Amino acid sequence: MGSYVVSTKEEQQQMLKEIGMEKIEELFAQVPEEVKFKGTWKLPKGLSEIEVRTKMQEIAEKNKVFPHIFRGAGAYNHYIPSIVKAVTSKEEFVTAYTPYQAEISQGILQSIFEYQSMICELTGMDVSNASVYDGATAAAEAVAMCRERKKDKILISSTSNPEVVEVIRTYCYGNGMECQMVPQKQGHTDMEALEAMLTEDTAGFYVQEPNYYGILEDYDAMGQMVHRQKARYIMGCNPIALAVLKTPGEYGADIAVGEGQPLGMELGFGGPYLGFMASTKALMRRLPGRIVGETVDEQGRRTFVLTLQAREQHIRREKAGSNVCSNQAHCALTAAVYLSAMGADGLREAAKQSAARAHELQRALGNLGFSLKYPSCFFHEFVTESKVPSEIVVKALEERGYLGGLPLNEREILWCATEKNTKQEIKFLSEVLKEVCEAWN
Amino acid sequence: MQFPEELKYVKSHEWIKVEGDQARIGISDYAQDALGDLVFVNLPEVGDEVEAGDVFADVESVKAVSDIYSPVSGIVAAVNEELMENPEKINVDPYGAWMILVEKITETEECMDAAQYREYIENQE
Amino acid sequence: MELIFEKGAEGRHLSILPSCDAEQVEFGEFSRQTELRLPQVSENELSRHYTQLAERSYGVNNGFYPLGSCTMKYNPKVNEEAASFDGFTHIHPLQPEHTAQGCLEVFRLAEEALCEITGMDAMTFQPAAGAHGEFTGLLLIKAYHEKRGDSRRKKIIVPDSAHGTNPASAAMAGFEIVNIPSAPDGCVDLESLHKAVGEDTAGLMLTNPNTIGLFDKNILEITRIVHEAGGLNYYDGANLNAVMGLVRPGDMGFDVVHLNLHKTFSTPHGGGGPGSGPVGCKDFLEQFLPGKQVCGEDRLVSEKPDCSVGSVKAFNGNFLVVVKALAYILTLGNDGIQEASQNAVLNANYMAKKLEHIYDLPYGSHCMHEFVMSLEKLKQETKVSAMDVAKGLLDYGIHPPTMYFPLIVHEALMVEPTETESRETLDHAVKVFEKLWEQARQDGEKLHHAPVHAAVGRPDEVRAARQPVLRYQDSQTGK
Repeated sequence: MGSYVVSTKEEQQQMLKEIGMEKIEELFAQVPEEVKFKGTWKLPKGLSEIEVRTKMQEIAEKNKVFPHIFRGAGAYNHYIPSIVKAVTSKEEFVTAYTPYQAEISQGILQSIFEYQSMICELTGMDVSNASVYDGATAAAEAVAMCRERKKDKILISSTSNPEVVEVIRTYCYGNGMECQMVPQKQGHTDMEALEAMLTEDTAGFYVQEPNYYGILEDYDAMGQMVHRQKARYIMGCNPIALAVLKTPGEYGADIAVGEGQPLGMELGFGGPYLGFMASTKALMRRLPGRIVGETVDEQGRRTFVLTLQAREQHIRREKAGSNVCSNQAHCALTAAVYLSAMGADGLREAAKQSAARAHELQRALGNLGFSLKYPSCFFHEFVTESKVPSEIVVKALEERGYLGGLPLNEREILWCATEKNTKQEIKFLSEVLKEVCEAWN
Repeated sequence: MQFPEELKYVKSHEWIKVEGDQARIGISDYAQDALGDLVFVNLPEVGDEVEAGDVFADVESVKAVSDIYSPVSGIVAAVNEELMENPEKINVDPYGAWMILVEKITETEECMDAAQYREYIENQE
Repeated sequence: MELIFEKGAEGRHLSILPSCDAEQVEFGEFSRQTELRLPQVSENELSRHYTQLAERSYGVNNGFYPLGSCTMKYNPKVNEEAASFDGFTHIHPLQPEHTAQGCLEVFRLAEEALCEITGMDAMTFQPAAGAHGEFTGLLLIKAYHEKRGDSRRKKIIVPDSAHGTNPASAAMAGFEIVNIPSAPDGCVDLESLHKAVGEDTAGLMLTNPNTIGLFDKNILEITRIVHEAGGLNYYDGANLNAVMGLVRPGDMGFDVVHLNLHKTFSTPHGGGGPGSGPVGCKDFLEQFLPGKQVCGEDRLVSEKPDCSVGSVKAFNGNFLVVVKALAYILTLGNDGIQEASQNAVLNANYMAKKLEHIYDLPYGSHCMHEFVMSLEKLKQETKVSAMDVAKGLLDYGIHPPTMYFPLIVHEALMVEPTETESRETLDHAVKVFEKLWEQARQDGEKLHHAPVHAAVGRPDEVRAARQPVLRYQDSQTGK
């Protein structure tokens, strides 16, 4: 068996002796006999490192790694610069705990402070926290931030990512807030319905930029409507898109949240990802989780420290706005390194190339009879509609090593492209689909 | 430690100053000293109802949060907004740093005068 | 030290992307108007910046980290390597399931092993952290009572020694919290528990061993009282490292548990996360689990349970963290898991015994995997506080224990050495604790200003909270 216990059996015996015991079982004298496990453990026998590595490799090989990915829907295949992995695998970052002891944690604290600054820059908001679990939980936490004594209804646009909607709903099942879905019209939030559904007891409204279908909506008009009813405006954003698109800050949002995975994180079958959250200064003390602030030490040196802690569960207990404790600090570090590596120009380029590639893909698909379901301005995702069943389309692509778009139903597919996709890929994909269409007709 | 004669005090360490049919409320010198450096105050809004014996605000120090209880029932007529920006006022001048002014008072808790409060604190320690 | 925003110069950058050969898209009215201010550095500057930050950080790899309740054990490297295989990192969460059989197998194997260790019947890996697991577990309890049509059960009982997340999670799940005091021996006060339970009891949240590091000997009685009142028992797995392979929460009468893979199962903390907080439950609660459960034999599929509470996170949870924990479990196996707990308890008892002659151990020196010291007397005599001693440790290259927790012990330091520390490390730490105790008696004033050898001294936390500076501002423009 493998083991990470340091002491040898002999050393263990000596240590036992020094504390006046003979057998290791005596250490567990507090444990009543009747609760001790007496059966036979069904766990496998322990393995050596080489065996573990082989076994895990075998399991990994049962997955199919797609060399060409045209699927997004909440997890995006962007390029990760080499420096990102090199920096983030430094053991001091990997093996540290939450930086409670500021004096020996300045590195971690500063990296979080820099991350917070970058999130504020991206979103155009005043204040960012140190991260939460993912974009969906960030949205759910944002909803809870909006609650007031007489306002406990939340409106969610039906154009939002269904994974996010489900998590918001689950959190609301917990805290008792009422969730209502604002219907959609042609891939956009139905503005008349939104107007009608905004009532005195509305705490907030959640909408995405770009939305689940990749579309850009009229965020100015929605924000004004929401604020007229004294509700709060939550925008869920794609962080890479924000390099070129109008920010939640510019749209007058109260809270900006989103999935930070595009900022240097692997697809990783869904996690770990990064939930970013930023707000106006007015809502600063309602933000959940850790926040790092700048101050000075006894000698006046610049010092970073966890601050505004009286908001948090370890002090406020049941009155805390959230229970968040562990977050996704290492993913926040990853995002900060990614953003530093890309810089403003590089990030804009990634955004522009993703959009350009997606539009190139859309034109190619359009020529094959996959028509654009919602003809409006989109970023790097879009929905097609065709006579050919979605499953047949993606199956044919899968056989050629292409992960096609996500089938939304029998005829509709949600496609995505990023800067990693090439002209050649799109050409090849078109050829495959041409064959599929011909075979179907 | 100062306990002005013109004020009344309650066991949860708030002071109350009756002004006609209104009452001004804050926390005592003893309370601010026990709480340490205050960094934030959560105050109610004008028009909110407060109940005698119930929490109407909380104050934060770096590592703790403490509830502040109202000695009277009534409606909040004014809040000391300045404390939101400068919570340290409470540490520096606890009797100048009133928190709320209450009107339409329907009920008042049993209060102590300065001497009684001083004795109460001494017995506590 | 300078921020990365203050390094580099206008126009510096890395060359990551090629020029684009596709037609540009114009966003018109949707275009960003404000400037985007990100760092402008070369790759070398970027690399050195983070090397500097790493030097100003402290992880398990740097030295002893006896942070109570956090189980800062060594993070094995083969786990990291397994989690970096392309076959795991390059898998899209919405890939067709027949192309992600390996991922589903990871969940399957981890579920089997962890159910065996905890005595549970099913497990979800969707929760991303311990607190997230608590919230999830409490939703199961809520859904269970609701489905039975019992709408009166609105209260969760929490002992006063509990971690702050317990009441916070219960509040998020819509419950009222009933705090019960601990008995003088640090365990659950049965009398108070009896009084607290009733027709409105939804459940009890408990860690065992508790936050004082003691195994509650009345555990069967405790869980029976709650069950008889119609409530369920929730096990907070924060302290499972004491009893793995020896006692199972399921056999103690618990119905729901959460584990912290980033504590007990050796996955790294990453400076605060990501963790993974899987929730296990008995079979009657399986129908309420969030997300999807892996089913099937040869061909694995995932299905939403019938009465699922929904999803607590997008997709499948922190999958790559689960990969690391699985590699750990495969390494240790049956005997290794038991050996880990035994040595965690041995190391804690060894240290406690060696420290009891100078520091007060209010609950005795016989503990489980961690113990709590009270420095109240030391503070009365010398004005040196638990904080001062903790900060003193920093000058000796030791990460301080958890401070001022649990709340029921004054001037508390909570020490959890874990099984992956050598006897020399423990002996050295004991010596340092002794030295600090002497220093407190001889020159306590000095300790008020510790540490003196760290990158910075004690931060002005009052200033940080009164005038929050939470993001970079250009010193020239003030923006």
